[in-house]
Amino acid sequence: MAVNAIDVTDLTIAYKDKPVLWDVDMEVPSGTLMAIVGPNGAGKTTMIKSILGLIKPAAGQVLVYGKPYAEQRHLVGYVPQRGSVDWDFPTSVLDVVMMGRYGALGWLKRPGASERAAALDALDKVGMKSFAERQISQLSGGQQQRVFLARALVQDAQLYFMDEPFQGVDATTERAIVTLLQELRSAGKTVVVVHHDLQTVPEYFDWVTMLNVRRIACGPVGDVFTDENLRKAYGGKVAFLSAENGRKS
Amino acid sequence: MFSSSIVRGQWSTLMDISQLFYNLLFDYTLRTVALGSAILGIVSGALGSFAVLRKQSLLGDAISHAALPGIVLAFLLTRSREPVILMLGALIAGWLATLFMLNVIRTTRIKDDSALGLVLSVFFGFGLMLLTFTQRLPDATQAGLDKFLFGQAATLLQRDVVTMAIIGVLAIALLMTFWKEFKLITFDTEYAASLGYPVRFLDVLLTTLLVVAIVLGLQTVGVVLMSAMIVAPAAAARQWTDKLKNMVILGGLFGAMAGVSGTLISGSAEKIPTGPVIVLCMSAIVLFSMLFATNRGLVWNWFRNLQNRRQLRAQAVLGDLNTLAMQHPNEARGHSSAVLRAMSTNPEGVSLALSQLKEQGLAQELGKDAWALTQAGLDEAGKTEEKEA
Repeated sequence: MAVNAIDVTDLTIAYKDKPVLWDVDMEVPSGTLMAIVGPNGAGKTTMIKSILGLIKPAAGQVLVYGKPYAEQRHLVGYVPQRGSVDWDFPTSVLDVVMMGRYGALGWLKRPGASERAAALDALDKVGMKSFAERQISQLSGGQQQRVFLARALVQDAQLYFMDEPFQGVDATTERAIVTLLQELRSAGKTVVVVHHDLQTVPEYFDWVTMLNVRRIACGPVGDVFTDENLRKAYGGKVAFLSAENGRKS
Repeated sequence: MFSSSIVRGQWSTLMDISQLFYNLLFDYTLRTVALGSAILGIVSGALGSFAVLRKQSLLGDAISHAALPGIVLAFLLTRSREPVILMLGALIAGWLATLFMLNVIRTTRIKDDSALGLVLSVFFGFGLMLLTFTQRLPDATQAGLDKFLFGQAATLLQRDVVTMAIIGVLAIALLMTFWKEFKLITFDTEYAASLGYPVRFLDVLLTTLLVVAIVLGLQTVGVVLMSAMIVAPAAAARQWTDKLKNMVILGGLFGAMAGVSGTLISGSAEKIPTGPVIVLCMSAIVLFSMLFATNRGLVWNWFRNLQNRRQLRAQAVLGDLNTLAMQHPNEARGHSSAVLRAMSTNPEGVSLALSQLKEQGLAQELGKDAWALTQAGLDEAGKTEEKEA
């Protein structure tokens, strides 16, 4: 069997003395489109940040394609939450997208013609090519999200992490992003998405991890996205959602 | 009699200014001092741009105030008034204050603004106490350390300016070398970390450069007002441009302009501390930029809004004229402005809009107060309708 894209074992993370993630295991096979779902404060963002080495775990191990992240960085692309940066920063869309090549460029080398071409190509894929020279403060929320996606696309990765890419975008953009994610999966890439809208999970994704500080379930959507697991993850709060889901399954 | 004294007054001002320029070119002391101020302006303007974008404007204030005990302690330990030694003391103190502050934020529940306030007042208070103590020492009365409070550019010697130039060139060279990396961590720190850049190291390096920029200006501008030279040039530059590179260059330029003009003005009168005058010059540049900058300036925006409003008003009247023309498809008939006023939501603007449309060749006056669209106007209205559909 092929090596998993991600293997997380016994991951525990605490802020001060409060556990955010507790003894979590997660395994994601290569070539899946996976959602991480769970209530607010369940540790979804913390999960992907710790895989990316941005947060130091108190215990546990993370492997990306069988090796530690530091060795596999070139295989990984990251789309942070749109609200994590100041969009009034004085720079252009093209410039932001080119930042996706900075990792491959390494120290001191300046981006040049090939980085520019790659960035324009990625912008074309997300339907933003005509915005290349636009100042980023002039973008709408959906456009900002597309720019971040394009920046991850130029990383030309095998494994993508996206933190709430559908947050505050309109229906058209959501469709466009989903199509793009499915294309990535068809090309053999693995995509991990922190997701909020439970109703679209079965439609968009084929794999799901349900978190609430502890791991509730992890597996194919058809097997683990059940009423019982949803109740475990969300408590009684999603009765109406699980009823809907019950009809579907 | 009266008028001739005014003329004489103007004449002497003119003489003063030309004298100033003459001195700037040929007076050794003035040239040295102006050069020093220019260097401090360039370095603080360029690095200040990054500090402002990283939301560290207040950090600059804390660092400059925290430098005071460093300066006094350096003097007490070495009994030397060499600027290089005093600057080294300032550098160490500024750096320690920064580290202390970052650790307070990281390890306690104290938030960054409180930590900044805390560090600023503790270090500055300690510095003032040391300064008072030092001035009571029998041999320290000549030290003139209190010049560091508000700055005194006249105390700059050529040696100091050479030191400043070397350090300034080094700082700018480092900024250019790590340009891509600094830009990345300033825009998106976590993304930079995910790409494998040592964010902590880059952060410390950039902050160190900021401390250096501040220390460079202390002798000229003083600890109390130095933070203005970090924030103000960047704030002014941001008004004019949407590119980081241009912002940094403009910031440096504005800083230098304020530095040199402030030094010259304070140098022309006795006993005016340089710092406040430089900061006043800088404020004038900020004010001008806020009002008149082509990108974000208030006056420019107001003008653009006015243009937009006019354009919209003309568009509405164009639409109305088109509607009227549709009712008589086969004849070119004129319509009075009274009809248009009745159709318009903004009747007072109709005659202005009509003359504007006429100027643009979209409308014509067939007879007295009989308006109709030209062929170009009809095409334009058709296009607008298509767009709306």
